[in-house]
Amino acid sequence: MTTWVFSEELDGHASASALELLTKARSFGDTTVFHIGTGSDAAYAELGSHGATTVYHLATGDRLPSAPAAAALAVLAEEHGADLIMFGMGNTDRDVAGRLSARIGRPVLSNAIDVSVDGSVRVTSEILGGTEAVITETTGAAPALVLIRPKAFPAEASDGGVPTVVSVSMPDVGHAGSAVITESHVEESEGPDLEVAGIVVAGGRGVGSAEKWTVIEELALQLNAAVGATRAVIDAGWVPSRLQVGQTGKTVKPAVYISAGVSGAMQHLVGMKDSGTIIAVNKDAEAPIFAVADLGIVGDLHQVIPKLTEALKAR
Amino acid sequence: MRIAVCVKQIPDPATPYALDPDTHRVVRPNDQVLDDTDRFGVEVGLQLAEGDDGSVTLFSMSPSGSLQGIRQALAMGADKAVIIDDETLGGSDALTTSRVLAAAIEREGFDLVIAGTESTDGYTGVVPQQIAELLDVPSLTFARKVDATDAGIRVEQQTAGGYDVVEAPLPALLSVTSGVVEPRYPTFKGIMQAKKKPIDKLTAEDLGFSADQVGDSGAGQRITSVISVPAREAGEIVEDDGEAYLKIVALLEQAKVI
Repeated sequence: MTTWVFSEELDGHASASALELLTKARSFGDTTVFHIGTGSDAAYAELGSHGATTVYHLATGDRLPSAPAAAALAVLAEEHGADLIMFGMGNTDRDVAGRLSARIGRPVLSNAIDVSVDGSVRVTSEILGGTEAVITETTGAAPALVLIRPKAFPAEASDGGVPTVVSVSMPDVGHAGSAVITESHVEESEGPDLEVAGIVVAGGRGVGSAEKWTVIEELALQLNAAVGATRAVIDAGWVPSRLQVGQTGKTVKPAVYISAGVSGAMQHLVGMKDSGTIIAVNKDAEAPIFAVADLGIVGDLHQVIPKLTEALKAR
Repeated sequence: MRIAVCVKQIPDPATPYALDPDTHRVVRPNDQVLDDTDRFGVEVGLQLAEGDDGSVTLFSMSPSGSLQGIRQALAMGADKAVIIDDETLGGSDALTTSRVLAAAIEREGFDLVIAGTESTDGYTGVVPQQIAELLDVPSLTFARKVDATDAGIRVEQQTAGGYDVVEAPLPALLSVTSGVVEPRYPTFKGIMQAKKKPIDKLTAEDLGFSADQVGDSGAGQRITSVISVPAREAGEIVEDDGEAYLKIVALLEQAKVI
């Protein structure tokens, strides 16, 4: 069993998904990483300590990585007889996995929450907003390509040492590889990181407007919580897209998730339904969010939330 | 510029979805709606086409049914639609879908392909990238802003920590996020015109696919079972009487976060 894990370097670190996937992958046996980005010793050390024995590194420079990375990985997978290649659900993960799939003619199993190996590769994926799960097995030739949702496996370090690092040269993929990254911008965020925060306060369309959004921020500040938002809020431009929780946004599992003015569309629930304690405030008693809430308050969030914030301040 | 926009008709998301217990496929009614996320791709296509006197052609692989969803996109202003509808395509996986769409787009000719980032009903989320690889063009994905340039196309691409500016020569593929532009609403005139716009219907065979290359038999994967995910236990639902916030305080205490 030869398992490969895709990793992208972000700010000198291996992607969080790569460390989660390595934790699972090492239970299947020998694990190799395909890593793109700058390539730093810190990132290699993290990959090694989570179970990677070998890291193949492709530096893509200012080129958009998807096409050359897929081409390089296709060659390596063939050369080394990869049985399973695991990706996270990040944008670059999806870009490389999609292109690789078409290049080598193998399907991609997406939205996986578990993977098992028993002759064939079997994958459990959530569908229909996480209300049902399907178990799918790949048929035909290896490798199986699987995209795995964030936090499906907790990242745990093993006693792995420094991995062997092998540099891969940039393949020439012609016109498909002609896209260039001309600028990179980091959008600074305040407060705790949404994906690791212990408490998340999320607002939906019910908040009403960008001006009224302070009701969410003030509660979050009081609880030292991260702020989250539904797609409707992102699309309305009230807050930046990095705050989005849900199918197309981030998956969170905080100890406490407080939602205000969130109806609980299938696409939102899939990103937060595994939170510890869920508290929902919504004026519509029929809102689907109440089906997953441990405590649901039917009422006006602009009454309930400010009172809650004041009560917490007074403590 | 010849612009191909990939669109999908889906069951109305306001209605509960069901899987056929025998085939494990989503049950699709005759009247399906345009996937809301596709309105953004159609709008980007229309704006780029208006800038250089180009054309916008819709491509969709699905049981066409009443074509209600496709007419919605035509009513926004797209020039024509190419629908690949064929019984043998039922059960196709994402890669087969991409192969069929890429073949149809190539046959029609294109400078730019635009797609959403993922469909609302299936959300595999890799079809745009697969199509780009099959067409051998760059894939500028997760675009939150799109501009035509003298040399081709420039986008702001969402990244984990912000955004990158990415440029590529044509031909190319874009996937656009919801919110990239404000999609126009069809006018009455647009709705009337949409009824007369050409809709070409193709089969898999027309595009050179044999029956065993598509559908269930062409898929490199097989669903072995479907299980219901246990729902969370229902909690306490209370009407706010002005003091309900105290219940939240109590629960936060119980959860030991305050």
